[in-house]
Amino acid sequence: MSSAALILGVLVTGVTALGFFAARWGGANLRDLEQWALGGRSFGTIVSWFLLGGDLYTAYTFVAVPALVYGVGALGFFAVPYATIAYPIALIVLSKFWSIARHRGYVTTADFVRDRYNDRGLEIAIALTGVVAALPYIALQLVGMRAVFSQFSTLGAMHALPALTVAFVLLAAYTYTSGLRAPAMIAFVKDTLIYVTVIAAVTVIPARLGGWGHIFSLSAAALAARPKPSSIFLGPPQYFTYATMAFGSALSLFIYPHSITSVLAARSREVIRRNAALLPIYSLLLGLLALLGYCALAAGISTKDTTSVVPQLFARFFPNWFVGVADAAIAIGALVPAAIMSIGAANLFASNVFREFSPQRSQVETVIAKRLTLAICAVALLFIFFVPVPYAIDFQLLGGALMLQIFPAFVLGLWTRWFHPKALLAGWACGLLASCAMAYAGGFSANYSLHAFGGTLTGFIALYSLALNLAVSAVLTLLLKRGTT
Amino acid sequence: MRRRGWYALLLLPFIGTLIPPFYNHASPSLFGIPFFYWYQLAWVLVTAGLLGIVVLMTRDGRV
Repeated sequence: MSSAALILGVLVTGVTALGFFAARWGGANLRDLEQWALGGRSFGTIVSWFLLGGDLYTAYTFVAVPALVYGVGALGFFAVPYATIAYPIALIVLSKFWSIARHRGYVTTADFVRDRYNDRGLEIAIALTGVVAALPYIALQLVGMRAVFSQFSTLGAMHALPALTVAFVLLAAYTYTSGLRAPAMIAFVKDTLIYVTVIAAVTVIPARLGGWGHIFSLSAAALAARPKPSSIFLGPPQYFTYATMAFGSALSLFIYPHSITSVLAARSREVIRRNAALLPIYSLLLGLLALLGYCALAAGISTKDTTSVVPQLFARFFPNWFVGVADAAIAIGALVPAAIMSIGAANLFASNVFREFSPQRSQVETVIAKRLTLAICAVALLFIFFVPVPYAIDFQLLGGALMLQIFPAFVLGLWTRWFHPKALLAGWACGLLASCAMAYAGGFSANYSLHAFGGTLTGFIALYSLALNLAVSAVLTLLLKRGTT
Repeated sequence: MRRRGWYALLLLPFIGTLIPPFYNHASPSLFGIPFFYWYQLAWVLVTAGLLGIVVLMTRDGRV
């Protein structure tokens, strides 16, 4: 066994032990939903910083963003403005939501929606959206882990599946026993490994490739020579696509169930506010990782499976033992969000679909949520066995478009009671249908070319369908209010 | 109300990053990195700084 495989194995086993041990952290009664799912709402600034960083920067960040830059050039860099403007939005929306949620005992976004609009249908709609959007996101974590494990198997990706299954079954087990405390504890290890790896990568790799100037000129040439050429700069028709992808993604980031779960685990409103200013440090890492896509181009790495670009780059430039550390960073970087995503989705299903929100919670929700975590992990695992990788990434982007459809009911609802719940439900349904129709028409691409006013505007599906959703919600609210007064 | 004015600072990152024609060019480059890339990375730091200022200036004593 190579030293890389040994170190990867030791680190993954170590965090598994940590995950089970986390059940003892704070000596809490884990039959209580707030303890199991939200760590007793007790996390301070530092724990929350590691947890949120571990939660928001997923295998998608470490594997898919560099892969996108490697594949399409400048357009893939949209993730950087996305991860920048997400934080002003987070500061405003989340500190408001945190205060209301703490005061009223909410565990999910659907709890809030139920309490505000008193509409069971809208509660179920909001909850199911979160569950459905979380599934492909969890599956993508598995895609990231598979990219790592398949490095160790000369026979290809299929032989990584047993290792992947074992790691994922263990993840489901410690999430079941320890709840949110497991990923919170593991996040310390994950984030430390990620920082060490990224700093090593940007120190070692560009120097070995002859400096950034050389990397960019080689990348420009490589992208231009592709059968479908692209560039290290945007073409003017891409401006709108780039901006809408960044803005649409930023709007949806913090309404995902996994983000909400980690946010509500914070001890105080001030913890959330401080973290809005401290978390962008991770976005800098994301940007540096994105540039590794160009390093891979400059290094002449040629592969059809773009998700393996970063692991291949590590294997080429790092000593063998450090390849183990770097690959463990990616694998554990996938486990932490996968655990939180399954907890967040399970909370929604248990609290808002099986039962309806009530301020007096029983321990029944906890039992249901814990079992559902296992079920959700199982579904995500099936996803990876049966859905080919490129489609999995498209499903994740479509999931983001679906997720954004709860924006009017949830985010606008934090400030106004003006909207009628039935109008919001109709707007939500129109937004979902429009997202699916545009995705289908565009061959499951994240962007749709709108032909209007004699021109073509290619933009992120999520924003087009959100605009429709808002319009339907507003017009129907006006009509329904006129009808009742 | 005077304190709330600080939140207006948070509009700057949106203006700075969501209009690509402003920064979609190669020069001036920094350490060989084209302007397009380092400019957007710089906005990550600027935004963190602006958020820090807003968080400090709008503290309301509820901790």
